[in-house]
Amino acid sequence: MEPSAASRGLGTLLGRAAEAVYAFVMGLLGLVVEPLQRLLGVRRMPWVFLLPNLSIFGLFVLFPVFLNLYVSLTGGTQLFPQDRPFVGLANYERLFDCGSYADPNSCVEDRFWRAVRNTTTFVVFQVGGMVLVSLVTAVVLNRRIRFRSFFRSVYFYPVLLSPVVVALIWKWILQRDGALNALLIGVGLEPVNFLLDGRWAMTWVIVVSVWAHMGFYTLILLAGLQSIPAELYDAAAIDGADGWRTFRSVTLPLLMPTMMVVLVLALIRAVQTFDEVYVLTGGGPGTATMMIVQYIYQTGFATQVQRFGLAAAASVLLGLVLLVATLVQLRVGRRTEGHLA
Amino acid sequence: MTKTRKTRAWPRLLFALATLFALATAGAQVELRITWYDDGNEGQVLRDLLDRFEAENPDIRVVLDTVPYATGILQSLPLQLASGEGPDIARVTDLGGLSQYFLDLRPHLSDAAYWEANFGPFLDWMRPAGSDAIPGFMTQLTVTGPFVNATLFEQAGVDVPTGDTTWEEWADVTRQVAEATGTAYAMVMDRTGHRLAGPAISYGARVFDEDGNVVIDDEGMRAMMQLMVDWHADGTMNPDVWIGSQGAYAAGNESFVNGQVVLYMSGSWQVGQFDQLIGDAFDWRVVPNPCGPAACTGMPGGAALVGIADTEHPAEVARVMEYLASEEVLAEFYARTLFIPGHLGLAERGVDYVSDSPSAVDALNVFASQVGRLDQVAYDLQAYRYNRFVFDAMRDRLTQVFVGELTLDEALQRMQQDIDAGIAEAQ
Repeated sequence: MEPSAASRGLGTLLGRAAEAVYAFVMGLLGLVVEPLQRLLGVRRMPWVFLLPNLSIFGLFVLFPVFLNLYVSLTGGTQLFPQDRPFVGLANYERLFDCGSYADPNSCVEDRFWRAVRNTTTFVVFQVGGMVLVSLVTAVVLNRRIRFRSFFRSVYFYPVLLSPVVVALIWKWILQRDGALNALLIGVGLEPVNFLLDGRWAMTWVIVVSVWAHMGFYTLILLAGLQSIPAELYDAAAIDGADGWRTFRSVTLPLLMPTMMVVLVLALIRAVQTFDEVYVLTGGGPGTATMMIVQYIYQTGFATQVQRFGLAAAASVLLGLVLLVATLVQLRVGRRTEGHLA
Repeated sequence: MTKTRKTRAWPRLLFALATLFALATAGAQVELRITWYDDGNEGQVLRDLLDRFEAENPDIRVVLDTVPYATGILQSLPLQLASGEGPDIARVTDLGGLSQYFLDLRPHLSDAAYWEANFGPFLDWMRPAGSDAIPGFMTQLTVTGPFVNATLFEQAGVDVPTGDTTWEEWADVTRQVAEATGTAYAMVMDRTGHRLAGPAISYGARVFDEDGNVVIDDEGMRAMMQLMVDWHADGTMNPDVWIGSQGAYAAGNESFVNGQVVLYMSGSWQVGQFDQLIGDAFDWRVVPNPCGPAACTGMPGGAALVGIADTEHPAEVARVMEYLASEEVLAEFYARTLFIPGHLGLAERGVDYVSDSPSAVDALNVFASQVGRLDQVAYDLQAYRYNRFVFDAMRDRLTQVFVGELTLDEALQRMQQDIDAGIAEAQ
């Protein structure tokens, strides 16, 4: 249906108005940028455009990192750095003061080492589970199944939820009088206090975390699967390879770079986990699910004596672990680009 | 000037005058912020009282920020005060620990003698050592003690124990009632060392040595903690509160209000809430604090409304505080909130509590009668500046014993280490 003369006229008017506004704004910008360019020269102008972003990055990322490093070398309970006495490596010495690192009970800061042990357990099982579940899901979603688009969306929905919402939903399911126990009672089984038993609590923390985040990694692996040339699968079929052989010899090797990226991303995220676990179990029962970030938060903020120095030292150590993981990811990423090239 | 210009000039002049007037009056009104938490209806009551104050004092506007107790008052408020970004007035329970941030109202008060006469003993709880400051007043005095679901006792055909009953006897009888009525748990206690301290002192815990240093490990403390371990292990105590709420204060009031527990160890601040929430769902009452070999004591405590030293409007803060601390206003506050008065004059004369519930009035009377049985160690611990280190250490380390991470011996050692480390840092 042809647009009417009136609507064409309105469209032209709106277009001209938009052009006028654009020209006005560019003109205003030009008043600033042109003299600057004459002063600095064209080659230095990119720095001018990068400066705002770099300033924000410096102020809100770099500066707090260095400030935190300084606070980790101070003691006392004062909030402001200038009021805190310098104690050197005393906080780090306190964290590492143990009879045996394998036994948190032998350590002065036993809760720190329990948090390290819990975080290690969580990372190993959560990342392993995450990669496996995401891979299987991506492989299935890559096939021509019915309602494929629907399933691709459904697996991504939990990623969109806030971690607090995820944790609250699962808390209602898992608590003593929750939905899962109602189901168990309904089929004649004894209810289980999932969140009050240390091993169950850790298991469910891992399950909930995998459920909440697998959609994101499934998407990445799906993209990796779709980048594998179809001719290779045709060739494998001609050579008589069955499904498992094809997966082992074609899919896995070509997907490995993407899987490494997923592995490292999942690892970085797992080490930093806090909100879901804190809302679901509070780090309990006891300290069974206390992760390192919760230890830092509680040490620095949630006790009557806020031990900022000790919390800062623990966060510096956490930062070093994450730095190593990030460097690994960068290296893997470069290898992936080389491989694809 | 032409007639057109004259006509246009008047509206502009009027607009300018109106703007100036608005700016002037806006600038003259002082806004004060109170950080507050609710146990029951006290926020509502305070808002009513403040509305009346504002009507009589249009130059002051008071904003009431109601926050959760655990995260807002215990965790966030100390950080806000340390950073100088706190409110003008706050309701606090950690009186000694935060006393360095309180405003001394004395220079701004019209009658400091009234404050000394009616709040005298409690002012020491909120003063830095050696100070004669008047930082605020108690919004309530509290006494810890057990609530029981009398209806469950009736249904079980068991009499509610009277007289000096021990904690073991209460555990036995409440287990009996729970079994007979199909109630989930016999007992529950709020997740805080403050609630445990009273029973521990009853069992002989001294807490302090002769020099006033905290020594947590003694026979009395061990005895009571062992009972708690046993009760959590055999299902007498509801584990959801102590084990299921790691890292924070948690109250067991929900399970009591929902009829899921026979006895609830808490305190007098719950009376107003129970009066509203329980209604006639079941009969509830307060029973005297159970006994141990040493005493039959609970813990005193309370919350105070204090001025904050960093306020930009100390004179206005003092005006609000003088109004709220006046006898007439406080009498209404206590009467409507069902709180035990922290005003000596009102405590002596009595408060006409506003409640149709005989349970609420009886409860307050029982709590009031417990005041005379509070042990001196309980008072000393409540007044101790670093008592929160003690309570937090008891809470966190005992929880680790419940879940098998520590033995009781290890936990008591760790408690002492935590307390000593905390005090060393604070000093």
